[in-house]
Amino acid sequence: MSEQANNQLILEIKGLRLESIAGATIVDNVDVRVNKGEVLGLIGESGAGKSTIGLSSMSYARAGVHIAGGEIILGGTNIRALNADGRRDMRGKRIAYIAQSATAAFNPAHTLMDQVCEAPLIHKIMNRTEAEAWARQLFKALDLPDPENFGARYPHQASGGQLQRAMAAMAMSCRPDVLILDEPTTALDVTTQIEVLILLKSLIHQYHTAAIYITHDLAVVAQVADRIKVLRHGKEVEEGLTGQILHNAKQDYTARLVAVRGAAASERAAQGTVKDSTVLSIKDCQAYYGTFHVVKGVSLDVKLGETVAVVGESGSGKSTLARIITGLLPPRSGEIVFQGKALPRSLKERSKELKQRIQLVYQIPDVAINPRQSLMEIIGRPVQFYFGVGRKEMEERARELMNLVELPVEFLSRRPGQLSGGQKQRVCIARALAARPDMIILDEPTSALDPLVAEEILTLLRKLQKELNLSYILITHDLDVVHRIAHRTAVMLQGKFVAFDATDKIFDNPEHPYTQKLITAVPEMRVDWLDEVLEKRKQAKEANTAAA
Amino acid sequence: MKVFGHKPTLSAWFGLVVMALFIFIAVFTPWLAPYGESQNVGGTWDEPSMAMLLGADQIGRDMLTRIMYGARMTIGVALAITLLSFLIGIVEGFVSAVVGGWVDVFFTRYVDVMLSIPGLIFALIILGVFGSSIPVLILTIAVLDSNRVFRLARALGMNLTVMEYVEAARLRGEGLWWIIRREILPNAWAPLVSEFGLRFCFNFLFIAGLSFLGLGIQPPYADLGGMVRENAAAINFGMMAPIYPATAIALLTVSVNLVVDWMLSIDARPSGAQAEL
Amino acid sequence: MAKLILNRLLLGVLTLFAVSVLIFICTQILPGDVASAVLGQGATPEALKVFRKELGLDLPAWQRYVNWLTGALHGNLGVALTNKRVIIDEIAPRLANTLFLAGYAAAIAIPLAVGLGILQAINEGKLVDKLANLITLTAISLPEFFIAYLLIIFLAVDVEWFPSLSTVYKDMPWAERLYQTTLPAITLTLLVAAHMQRMTRSSVLSVMSTPYIEMAFLKGARRGRVIVRHALPNAAAPIITVVALNLAYLVVGVVVIEAVFVYPGLGQLMVDAVSKRDVPVIQACGLVFAMVFVSLNTLADILVILVNPRLRHKR
Repeated sequence: MSEQANNQLILEIKGLRLESIAGATIVDNVDVRVNKGEVLGLIGESGAGKSTIGLSSMSYARAGVHIAGGEIILGGTNIRALNADGRRDMRGKRIAYIAQSATAAFNPAHTLMDQVCEAPLIHKIMNRTEAEAWARQLFKALDLPDPENFGARYPHQASGGQLQRAMAAMAMSCRPDVLILDEPTTALDVTTQIEVLILLKSLIHQYHTAAIYITHDLAVVAQVADRIKVLRHGKEVEEGLTGQILHNAKQDYTARLVAVRGAAASERAAQGTVKDSTVLSIKDCQAYYGTFHVVKGVSLDVKLGETVAVVGESGSGKSTLARIITGLLPPRSGEIVFQGKALPRSLKERSKELKQRIQLVYQIPDVAINPRQSLMEIIGRPVQFYFGVGRKEMEERARELMNLVELPVEFLSRRPGQLSGGQKQRVCIARALAARPDMIILDEPTSALDPLVAEEILTLLRKLQKELNLSYILITHDLDVVHRIAHRTAVMLQGKFVAFDATDKIFDNPEHPYTQKLITAVPEMRVDWLDEVLEKRKQAKEANTAAA
Repeated sequence: MKVFGHKPTLSAWFGLVVMALFIFIAVFTPWLAPYGESQNVGGTWDEPSMAMLLGADQIGRDMLTRIMYGARMTIGVALAITLLSFLIGIVEGFVSAVVGGWVDVFFTRYVDVMLSIPGLIFALIILGVFGSSIPVLILTIAVLDSNRVFRLARALGMNLTVMEYVEAARLRGEGLWWIIRREILPNAWAPLVSEFGLRFCFNFLFIAGLSFLGLGIQPPYADLGGMVRENAAAINFGMMAPIYPATAIALLTVSVNLVVDWMLSIDARPSGAQAEL
Repeated sequence: MAKLILNRLLLGVLTLFAVSVLIFICTQILPGDVASAVLGQGATPEALKVFRKELGLDLPAWQRYVNWLTGALHGNLGVALTNKRVIIDEIAPRLANTLFLAGYAAAIAIPLAVGLGILQAINEGKLVDKLANLITLTAISLPEFFIAYLLIIFLAVDVEWFPSLSTVYKDMPWAERLYQTTLPAITLTLLVAAHMQRMTRSSVLSVMSTPYIEMAFLKGARRGRVIVRHALPNAAAPIITVVALNLAYLVVGVVVIEAVFVYPGLGQLMVDAVSKRDVPVIQACGLVFAMVFVSLNTLADILVILVNPRLRHKR
């Protein structure tokens, strides 16, 4: 991990309390200690308060939040006790922030160089020429294309990964003592994430910057952090050295967070058996968005009681596949056979009965159900619509469905706004089940959920599959989810399948280079995983130069 | 005390009370007014007295009575206009948003052209050709105003149509009217109600303005804008006669605007300008 | 980007055509028989026939439209029904007067409103902001003639600083002209400035809530710098749109103000024509107003394109 961390305290937060302007407590009595050159990982699920704590270490609170109490001591000075000018003085200069979304953090009206050079100019530690030279050096260190001229670009002329690195350069422009990294790789694809992670780690070490790394992904933070602090609902759960947290967690909650990634193999064993009949078969499907060729000859089949996962990164075309099967995007050519009969390409041509047998579950439960309808309406409507039953029967069926998805029946009179993310997703599943489908397409069903909640949803899906003999097509970018629930997996790249086989075979013996790249890019819950990856790359490079 | 579940601010209270007063007067005028609508009770521009609280108008009728009847007429017409304009605009807007395609293009282009002529000018053209009867007034202004409502309804509809729950309804095979009624409309209520308040004010001022120009509601109907026009000459003698009906107009619009402003601020989140530095 | 601007100009021209067709339809086609509509029920058949001949109503509709349009493009807008005067000679000086008044008001209103709106946005939530909100809210609720009469009472009758009727004529010296039109200009300003101020405020506020503004603060930039360097360049586009919208509103508000102050502008001409049912004059005035309106909107859209950095620097 880091070289001898200098045991000098650079940032100390004592008894931090944050409240919303309505008076509710967001963060309750949290302490943070970071030494020079040390990286502290701040871990927690959404709502834990980690981002807010990161911002408060700069004595900054977003609109609607108020720093109610505590001391924030940076390099010996209590920043909270300073006046506004004093606080403003050390922001950007001694402590800098790297936001989650780089595309949003850059001003579209100015060039990247202007914005990267801004902090040193404001704080008068460099003149423009010096600042630009330093910026170019940082661009080079961060592996940006054409580092001499990259700064002349406007934000809309760079990609997401490039902007993230440019933001890192912007943060380092004043050589701060402390860096706050707020979910810096969450918005990136898995293969981009690992590259950015490597660069961030080397940057932090090269300049001996202390850092607070905020994320919900324990495996990612384990690669970078010396110590980890676990947060939940604004309170501290546990803190310790990284190795200790991963292997010897003291608290139950922490142990659960760690275990979330490890149980794949045993879960797959708990899956249902696949029957022999084929439910859906797609042959050589080609689809276009206007003139853009988005699906280039995909062939797929799904058996009764089976889960087939389609894995890919953004732009691979996997979501388009879902729209093709549901009939929202008619393919230009290719056969689709469902339950032995040809499936009409467009939604309009399908009978009500046919529409009912294929159902869709969406990624973001907040927009997948109408916030103005009660659960009874949401779940009951498909029952009424497809089966034409009376009110009493509909209500009874709705209660049955609530039981199936393990939600209390009293919730039927509630509205979505009163439910949590995981509960809302259960409602989406119930709505899909209300139609008594043969097959459910799940489009990133757990991506928007916290890891522990996601696990519960996957367990539920497995149970339902066994009980009701459902077939699933699971679309996701998360290999971990695939591991836990898919019988067979297809890997999709730029509109084509590069692999389609039993999940075991794909993961144990990846043949296609993209599959290999994808699998090796997923961080594992081990402290030295990243170092191993770097070592392997170095060896591969040496082997290549030797062979050349 | 709470109104619709929220506590009104001081200015909102003022607005609500005045609005309620106006509505009450508008409905019960025939029973509340001290004199008849066209009854002659005094001399031209008599000063306010016990018998005539606001004095007399230009031909000796009681100003207060005329204002009450005028308010009744102007509010009634403005309300009719706004209701009609909303009916047209919402149907056009939501259908455009949900159906899309050439229907959307047709309506959008039609509204774009309609909005390329200033409303007052367009109204003047129509009134110049067809005359200023009340049905013509209501229909013309409603059609003109519906264009703005269309834009709002369409924007709301577009935002909502991309929600997955609308797509889920489409996948089921729900019909157009069901989707509009059950999925879109309930989620568009709040901005539409605020807009109704704003459009009502605008139409109210518009019809008063037209009447002031002599092209709106014609005598012998009492109408606030027309009253300003009839009593205008009093200004030159330093008398307040036209100010009374003008103040009545101003009071109502200010009140409605205060209430709408309060409604809009309920949902608003504090902007980034209020961050704690 | 040049292509976009050209497209927008083309759209503007097309819109003008569409608008001219619309005006023509409303005035000539819709009423059915314009002759009896204008002359009334009691007109004799001979009078109707003469009327139709005069207006060329015996020709087919499209031909009448083409005649009218070509005439208009050549500056010939026909002859007024009521007093037989050549319309273009009536309109030209009045248009100049109206534009003068509108320009006068705009010159005061725009910097005032935009400046105050930005100040309000910076101080959001504070007492100053709440007070200003109340004032602008009241201002946009008041009818134009109300404001006008109040101003007349206080500034013209009580203290006699300004004349209550604005008479201007050709070749009037500038200073005199400015003096005569000050009161109507102030009225117009009050009307339009309040709208502009509110809209500017909300545009700037929505820019202030973006992540890149937060980032600028987190880099240690002073409030002033954040506003000027980071917020305003991005608020420029919505503010331009707001100003254009209100300039268009100004063109309309002018009509009522001209009536109150008896100012010899285009608005007054149109109102007179409407009350006398003088169809050719109504048509001509409508067309001219629409032209000004469409041009302003087109100009605004083009400015917005020019200001957008994404369009100035392609990928």
